[in-house]
Amino acid sequence: MAATPVSSPAVAPAAIPLRPLVHGARPRSLRVREAVIDVLLRLCALSAVAGLLLIVVFVLREALPVLLDPETRREASLERFFATAMWQPVGDVPKYGIAPLLLGTLKVVLVAMVFAVPVSVLAAVYASEFAPARVREGLKPVIELLAGIPSVVLGFFALIVLASWVQSLTGAVSRLNALNAGFALGLGIVPTIFSVSEDALRSVPRSYREASLALGASRWATAWNVILPAAGAGVSAGILLGLARAVGETMIVLMASGNAAMISGTPLDSVRTLSASIAAELAEVVVGSPHYATLFFLGGILFLTTFVINVGAGLFVDRLRRRLAGA
Amino acid sequence: MRARRWRQVGVLMIGPLLLGLASGCGGGGRPAPLTVKGSDTMVILGQRWAEVYMSAHPGTIIQVTGGGSGTGFAALINGTTDICQASRPIKEEERKQVEERFGAPPHETVVARDGLAIYLHADNPVAELTLAQLRHIYGGRITRWNGVGGPNAPIVLYGRENSSGTYEYFKEHVLEKGDFAVSVQTLPGTAAVVNAVARDRNGIGYGGAAYLKGVKECAVKVDESSPATLPTAENVRSRAYPISRELYFYSRKVPEGPMKAFVDFALSDPGQKLVTEVGYFPVR
Repeated sequence: MAATPVSSPAVAPAAIPLRPLVHGARPRSLRVREAVIDVLLRLCALSAVAGLLLIVVFVLREALPVLLDPETRREASLERFFATAMWQPVGDVPKYGIAPLLLGTLKVVLVAMVFAVPVSVLAAVYASEFAPARVREGLKPVIELLAGIPSVVLGFFALIVLASWVQSLTGAVSRLNALNAGFALGLGIVPTIFSVSEDALRSVPRSYREASLALGASRWATAWNVILPAAGAGVSAGILLGLARAVGETMIVLMASGNAAMISGTPLDSVRTLSASIAAELAEVVVGSPHYATLFFLGGILFLTTFVINVGAGLFVDRLRRRLAGA
Repeated sequence: MRARRWRQVGVLMIGPLLLGLASGCGGGGRPAPLTVKGSDTMVILGQRWAEVYMSAHPGTIIQVTGGGSGTGFAALINGTTDICQASRPIKEEERKQVEERFGAPPHETVVARDGLAIYLHADNPVAELTLAQLRHIYGGRITRWNGVGGPNAPIVLYGRENSSGTYEYFKEHVLEKGDFAVSVQTLPGTAAVVNAVARDRNGIGYGGAAYLKGVKECAVKVDESSPATLPTAENVRSRAYPISRELYFYSRKVPEGPMKAFVDFALSDPGQKLVTEVGYFPVR
């Protein structure tokens, strides 16, 4: 590869016939065509935004009875969500305690982050600062390939294989638990954090490295004290994007966590998350019932959480850009 | 000029749409398939019936899908399925909705019986439980196996999602409408429950008797003085096994034409033989 001579770049542009760009000289048909293309592109851009807005409106509208409708509120209301610690929405006396679901989501996400953040950030530091070019070119696609594994496959792996390892290592009573689901979830978000962090680290100007090395700092000191802080905002953005995905990820936790809505302090107990509850229950719920509205309310909570996290990540990215460009 | 351009664009965009609609609706002489949807417990059974029936009647197409009894009833109400397979009787609410929309109550046919088996790990020394013990175990009042004559180990509970007919049946008949313990791990599908119990020495699960692979079934007795029975054909048909239920076909009206032929086939001798093959119990 390296030995082949660089091919001449001068040929390509000449192949495209250029129309005259003088406004008055443009034929009418061309103007019409451009107008049509303009409208179509605008429609595409708008439909994405409209889709998002419609989803928000839909979720909120279906969740609203929890706050407003007296009929629904007799069974499911904000006060009732915290009046009981039990999530058993089907039965003669339905119980809509969402505390175990919130705690369960928190537990799984915490385990996933504790596992995934150091692994993926350090892998990104290695790839951008230490790895020889050939290793880096191999490492990046392989880790990003991990993002291409369908979450149901990760979940299945956790259900059959990982759970037995985790149990034999920890001696947990329940095979499927927060630790197991958290590990699998961590595997799922490593590519996100790695990819964004690596880009951020690599976009730190070369002059930073050179200055640090010239002052006598070792490569490790340079990476840890100069490059990582300089890319801090970008790495944080990567972590936040990973966090947002972890909060919303459904299939992995549905399969690997055991889905028991328990309140407990240990990660070795089974947990039920917000997303898994929606996935497991929404299919059979009577449309318009309190249970239905409650599930949409949970969806609203999830949406709001990931939205705030994503906006936060966006702010970090902006800051990184400004910092590297300006200061 | 401008207007004609737009018309061309319009035709370009709408043309394929119309074509798509036409090909979707016309169907060109092929009969509309008979759709069967509902209980996950009954999917395998429904598919076997459909396979055998279709190989004998090549002109008929039957599509069988699962999703759960509730999903099946919802589809029946929305008119998106012809037959709803259900592992529980229709609820008053659902019956009313069918009647409101279609002017007549749905038609019910009992097509098989099912014993709800209790699964234990193959190495578990416990062999029989009373209904009361099961209620206490799943209600979270007995939490260790030595409470029911087993080893000194914690009991790990497995069950179905609250969207499943099996969950509701178990809650109503075994827990007597009481709450499940919060520690019951719910898994998607009976096969997943069996799989989990097979891997967990201290596990206990419940589900259809058709899924017994790698686990042992636990004999159940009504109380201490009554005989313990296993969910065998004999015991389920004679109702000696205490946790058994009916499996149903529901349709919006009295079956006729191809639907009637299919329902009749399910109830015929060959149809009921398939019931036994799949692991459920015949009604006749």
